[in-house]
Amino acid sequence: MAVGKEIRVKIASIKNTQKITRAMEKVATSKMRKTQTRMLATRPYSKKIAQIIRHLAHAKPEYTHPFMVDRTVSRVGVIILSSDRGLCGGLNSNLFRLSLRQFRNWGKESVEVNISVIGQKGCSFFNGIGAKIIAQATKLGDSPHLQDIIGVIRAMLDDYREGKIDALYVGYNEFVNTMTQKPKLEQLLPVKSDELTPELAGHWDYLYEPDARDVLDDLLVRYVESIVFQGLVENNACEQAARMVAMKSASDNAGKLISELQLIYNKARQAAITQEISEIVGGAAAV
Amino acid sequence: MTMTIHVDIVSAEERIYSGLAELVIAPAEEGDVGIAARHAPLLTRLRAGEVRVKTDDDQTLPFFVSGGILEVQPHMVSILADRAVRAKDIDEAAATEAKRRAEEALSNRSEKLDYTKAQVELIEAVAQLRTLERWRKNR
Repeated sequence: MAVGKEIRVKIASIKNTQKITRAMEKVATSKMRKTQTRMLATRPYSKKIAQIIRHLAHAKPEYTHPFMVDRTVSRVGVIILSSDRGLCGGLNSNLFRLSLRQFRNWGKESVEVNISVIGQKGCSFFNGIGAKIIAQATKLGDSPHLQDIIGVIRAMLDDYREGKIDALYVGYNEFVNTMTQKPKLEQLLPVKSDELTPELAGHWDYLYEPDARDVLDDLLVRYVESIVFQGLVENNACEQAARMVAMKSASDNAGKLISELQLIYNKARQAAITQEISEIVGGAAAV
Repeated sequence: MTMTIHVDIVSAEERIYSGLAELVIAPAEEGDVGIAARHAPLLTRLRAGEVRVKTDDDQTLPFFVSGGILEVQPHMVSILADRAVRAKDIDEAAATEAKRRAEEALSNRSEKLDYTKAQVELIEAVAQLRTLERWRKNR
C-alpha cells in the first residue's frame, strides 16, 4: 500500500532532526553547568577590582593616569564578545543589534568606531557590514584563558594610550539566569565614577608603594583585563544556556510536528482502507 | 573590645577569605606591611609571600599569595592575588618540584631559557615552602 509515502519520509526526517537537537540540548546542559561554575568562580575577583577602581575614582590622586582622564571623544574602541558557534537562539544577534544601535548614535555625533572581536560569529558579522576591525581572536573553546585575549586587549589599550581612540567599551551578554541573558555595552575607559559613596567623599588620596604611576598602571591594565575576561566567561555561560533553551524548544517543536503529521498519515491510511473495502463490497454486490 | 577591619582575599579563581581581622600582614613590594583598623588608604603591589590574618578570636590564618595588589581603606582591606592558597592546602611536593626545576634551569645556563621566568618561579616556590614551614611550626 503506497498511501502517504511522502508523509512517512517527512516524519522520518523530522525524527532525525529531533535526535540531533536532543543530543545538542544534552551537551549544552552539561557544558552549561561547567561554564557557570567557572563564571561564579571568577566573579569575586572582577567585582573586587571594579570596587577598587570605584574607590580610586573618588580619590584625588597627585598623579592622574591617562586611563582616568576624560577626553573629547572622536573615536571609540569597542571590544565585542561573541560565541564561536551558532544555534544558540538570539544570543549573538541581540548583542549585535544593541551594538549597531549604539554605533548609529555615535555616528550621529560623528564619532567613529574601531572594533575588536572575540568569537567567530562576531568576526563574520562585523566583516560583513564592513566595520573597522582592529584585532580579533577566535576558537577559544569552552574554557578560555586570559592569555588568549590579552593580545586583543593590548591592541586596544595601545590605541588608547596613543590617542587613536578616546574611550573603550566592551559588549557582551550578561548572565542573569538560564532563561535570561542580557546584552550589555559597558564603558571601561576612561574610568568613570557613577555613584558617590558618602563615606569616601572629601579630599583624600592613597599612599602608593612604590609610586603612583607604576601601581596605577598595573591596576588599571589588570582591571580592563579582568572585566573583559569576566565578560568572556559570562558570555560563554550565556551561550550554553541559550543553546540549551533553543535546542529544547526545537526538540519540542519537532515532537509537535511529528504528532501532527502522524495524525494526518493515520487519517489518510484509514481513508484508503475504507475506500478499498467499500470498493470490494461494491464489487461483490454487483456480481 | 579591639577594633576590627574587614578583609577580603580573592584570587583570579576563587574567593579565598572574607571576614573580620584585628591585623593583616601582607608582603608588599617594598617590605611587609601590617594593617589594623583605620589605616590610611594605601595601594600597593604584592610580591610572592605569606599573608597572615589575625582574627578577632586570636587565631592567625596564613595564606600564600603569588603576587597581586593590596588596597586599604580605613574600614577594609582587599587583597587581589594572582594566585592564592590557604597554607594548609599548599602542595608541598609540587612546590619542592617547582623549586628544583627552577634551580636547575637557572644553574644550567647553556640551554635557551627564560631567565626571568625561572627566577619568578623559584621565588614563588620558595615563598610557598616558607609559608608551609611556618604554618607547621605554629600549629
